[in-house]
Amino acid sequence: MSSAKLVAESGKILDVAAKDAPLTVRGLTVSYGNKPAVFSVDASIPAGSMTAIIGPNGAGKSTFLKGTLGVVPRLSGEVRIFGKLFEDARDRVAYVPQRASVDWDFPARVIDVVLMGLYGSVGLFRLWRARHREQAMDCLKRVGMADFADRQIGQLSGGQQQRVFLARALAQNAEFYLLDEPFAGVDAATERAIVSVLKELKAEGRTVVCVHHDLSTVAEYFDRVLLINVRRIAEGPVDTTFTAENLQETYGGRLAATHIDELHLA
Amino acid sequence: MIDDLITALGAEFVQLSLTPIVIGTLAAIACALPGNFLLLRRQALIGDAISHVVLPGIVAAFLVTGTITAVPMMIGAGAAAIVAVIMIEIVKRLGRVEPGAAMGLVFTTLFAAGVLFLEITDTSSVHIDVQHALLGNLESLIWFDAEGWGSLLDPTALTTLPPQLPRLAIVLVGIALFIFLFWKELKISTFDAAFAGAIGIRTRALGFALVVATAVAAVAAFDAVGSIIVIAMFVCPPASARLMTNQLARQVGWSVVFATISAVLGYVFAGYGPGWFGSPYAVSAAGMIATVSGVILILTCLFGPQRKRTGQHAEA
Repeated sequence: MSSAKLVAESGKILDVAAKDAPLTVRGLTVSYGNKPAVFSVDASIPAGSMTAIIGPNGAGKSTFLKGTLGVVPRLSGEVRIFGKLFEDARDRVAYVPQRASVDWDFPARVIDVVLMGLYGSVGLFRLWRARHREQAMDCLKRVGMADFADRQIGQLSGGQQQRVFLARALAQNAEFYLLDEPFAGVDAATERAIVSVLKELKAEGRTVVCVHHDLSTVAEYFDRVLLINVRRIAEGPVDTTFTAENLQETYGGRLAATHIDELHLA
Repeated sequence: MIDDLITALGAEFVQLSLTPIVIGTLAAIACALPGNFLLLRRQALIGDAISHVVLPGIVAAFLVTGTITAVPMMIGAGAAAIVAVIMIEIVKRLGRVEPGAAMGLVFTTLFAAGVLFLEITDTSSVHIDVQHALLGNLESLIWFDAEGWGSLLDPTALTTLPPQLPRLAIVLVGIALFIFLFWKELKISTFDAAFAGAIGIRTRALGFALVVATAVAAVAAFDAVGSIIVIAMFVCPPASARLMTNQLARQVGWSVVFATISAVLGYVFAGYGPGWFGSPYAVSAAGMIATVSGVILILTCLFGPQRKRTGQHAEA
């Protein structure tokens, strides 16, 4: 089996082709309490791709993202970002957490949140300046939120909040974007706006990974899928990997056969 | 009228009231500053917890050293605060209970232990008791050698200032500096801890530093003003300030304003208020300061410009 070549030996990744890939994961295991949320997952995300991470609720999709970025502690496994430890490649990565994970009643305006994305370019013990404000405004324009710059974030709709989060990620000017459920609970206009920004990013040669839950839009938005249900079920191009068989294995009995039929899979 | 004011603010004022007011204000601001972040992190109770466990720490320090000098007291109180934070973590993890319950459990138990300690040890010769722990002794922090406003420029008189004043001033400067220098980090990690972690902010270390700053404020303020003010100032001025603005920097600014108003008005009301109603007695300054901060909170709840926020919370 070709995957045998990918197996880590004494802590080193042997696969040469994937060495500088945006993301290479071997045997990632993350556990909350005694129950593993993600168990021994491998993944390899090629540069310039747009990947959907798919799986049922509680399958560890978000945990997988957080585990790769060290936001939650890893029990075991090896993660390389552009061939380096995440700590050494941090400024090449932008992470967009789930919108519901923060308190939107926090005393901040839209512009304040976007400015957070410029943290890395401000410098220790320094504060944001006019130059940063201009950059942040440019990012807000890209997501169609420039008119809302001075609005309190709690006054925004869910879709608008998600666009602000995307603008913050754009401000990071990263090469690799990891988004956790960017389309959860957003309106149709926001979904279109986000997709078009993500496709722009891809067109610029950047790499995008989204935790995604809407199976009906996978083929339209993404070119690769990573199917997870605690373990990795399958990974690869949408054409060959996003199949009824793999979905059945990922979702088990939770996905009705009729639902799969509606997806018009290969 | 103006003559009255001059008399009221004369030499006697400097000697008897100036230092307690300044100390009360410094203590209030030192607690309100970290309180802003504790409140937004839903950790307001940690200030409460720390200010309670200061008591057993101080009693333990007295038992070990046999004196009530400032340094061992503060070390004891600081150690107790750290023990409490560790105990809260242990209860949270082993007991699998929510953080609020873990804090409530630990600080009431430790405070009760402190009271018990006091009862069974002979502390009658020294000035520590439950009353003092709760209300402090703000009124007694007078400046004996002051002869008027001119004493502020007199180096010899200045050396006899109550030691709590310079101590709290240093603590306040330290806390303000911490918040100023780590403003970005505190703001980002308080709003979105996961994002903060991903961009390289050491969120755990920062959270710990915030708790340490809280403990330092609580311990320094405790000695001067007692735990009632400490608890009130961690929560009331920041909560009132949140209702005045939607920007974090302005919220912190308002919290300083409200802390100052509480301390000054509270002290004046306690000292002179009963006299206005013909009573010869004064009431506890600490109690009155905490009360004023509570009244400010009620007023901002009723009239604050941001009291009606249309927050669309996590509906996902």
